[in-house]
Amino acid sequence: MTITNKIVTENLVLQYSDGTESLKDISMNIPVNSISVIFGPAGGGKSTYLRVLNRLNDLANVTTVSGKAHLYSESGDFIDILDPNLDVTALRRRVGMVFARPVVLPMSIRENLTYGLEIAGVRKRSLLHEAIERSLNQAALWEEVQDRLDDPAMELSGGQQQRLCIARSLALEPEVLLLDEPTSGLDPISTGKVEASLQELKKNYTIVLVPHSVQQAARAADYAAFFLQGKLIEYAPGNEMFTTPQVQQTADYIEGRFG
Amino acid sequence: MASISPRETLDRAIDELLAEVIVQGDMVKDALFNAVNALKDQNISKAKVIYDGDRQINQKHFEIEEEVITLIATQQPMARDLRLLAAILEVTTELERMGDYAKGIARITVRIGEEDLLKPVESIPAMAMVCIDMLDRALKAFVERDADAARSIPDEDDQVDNFYNQIYRALMDHMISNPSNIDRANHLLWVAHNLERVADRVTNVCERIVFVVTGEILEMDRTDDEWFADEPW
Repeated sequence: MTITNKIVTENLVLQYSDGTESLKDISMNIPVNSISVIFGPAGGGKSTYLRVLNRLNDLANVTTVSGKAHLYSESGDFIDILDPNLDVTALRRRVGMVFARPVVLPMSIRENLTYGLEIAGVRKRSLLHEAIERSLNQAALWEEVQDRLDDPAMELSGGQQQRLCIARSLALEPEVLLLDEPTSGLDPISTGKVEASLQELKKNYTIVLVPHSVQQAARAADYAAFFLQGKLIEYAPGNEMFTTPQVQQTADYIEGRFG
Repeated sequence: MASISPRETLDRAIDELLAEVIVQGDMVKDALFNAVNALKDQNISKAKVIYDGDRQINQKHFEIEEEVITLIATQQPMARDLRLLAAILEVTTELERMGDYAKGIARITVRIGEEDLLKPVESIPAMAMVCIDMLDRALKAFVERDADAARSIPDEDDQVDNFYNQIYRALMDHMISNPSNIDRANHLLWVAHNLERVADRVTNVCERIVFVVTGEILEMDRTDDEWFADEPW
């Protein structure tokens, strides 16, 4: 069977131990093989929502998460992301994440890419090399680094480091890629390369992106969700959201009237 | 110190652009008004001035277009701002075409020269006044983003159509009764046709106003519906 939604969240509520709610009753579906963008002013719950999807909130001071968050596989089966007994490492292999600042490991470019695979038990050199070339190509970095895979990753430019982080996530062949402002520190050319690679990647992956600007949201979004103060205000196809938003708060935000 | 709105530059630029659209609209209204009067008075030198004056309307069109494109590039407008700028591009183009109709009327006036005009010419200034009035109110509705006004203005196109049909029939009578009138009648028919097209383009402007306000693209030009109303399909 073919699935339409990769992730289904219903009535998701996340409350910190001091009683503040970061997510208030979020119900939204993430369609498979597309880019879903979550945008809105700071403190709206965008990153929190992303972190729920691969359980990074386990590390934060979170008291309660309630509601439903299901991750579907191609077969139509799903796992409950919020299940306390879930193997979180296995979840994070299926749902990869890239952060705003590139976090490269103090190793060579090659080792940055093979690190996760080796932990996962892959030893065969041909398989490792195949994963390196594939993931670097997918992140639009292969041509720039193919002749210096053993150089320290720290020597790459900021834009290259961020694409290396994307490649590192892709090396593990996740099903979903979560990106939290992945181009916020990059120049326009590097940003363009990352955005272009996302358009290619969505053919094989499901992408959830928190963009660093409304303009990036508009460029990248197949679907766009506007988050404000923990609430999902509006969720619509990108080509409708940025020309004819239906909710006044959304229009005011994307027209720059607040935020 | 007063706080600075992040939209200050964009808001001011949009206001200035709308003012320029009004200026272009005034040029078009003057050109239409003067063109039908030059025709009625057979004032050939005035007609030539109108004919040449169309260049200024075109120039204004290019200026507005350039400013819109600059604003899109520099301000990255979204939602209603984006719809408004897209609508300004459309409206300035419609105005430019209406200017061409005024120029066309001026050209006909020059061509007719001193030849006697046929009687139906008497209805032409009144027909032009309806068109100019529709245009005037459409531009006001545009500046005020008044979708209700924009929805009602195209109904007045019926008056323009009535004028056109009446002039058409009168000119046909002239042609049938005396074929030597055919040339002169044809000239006036073109004039009436030009005015009828002005009203159609005002309807296009009204469609854009609704689009700016609601995001909905509405077809208000009912010419086709009327023409084919009796057809089985």
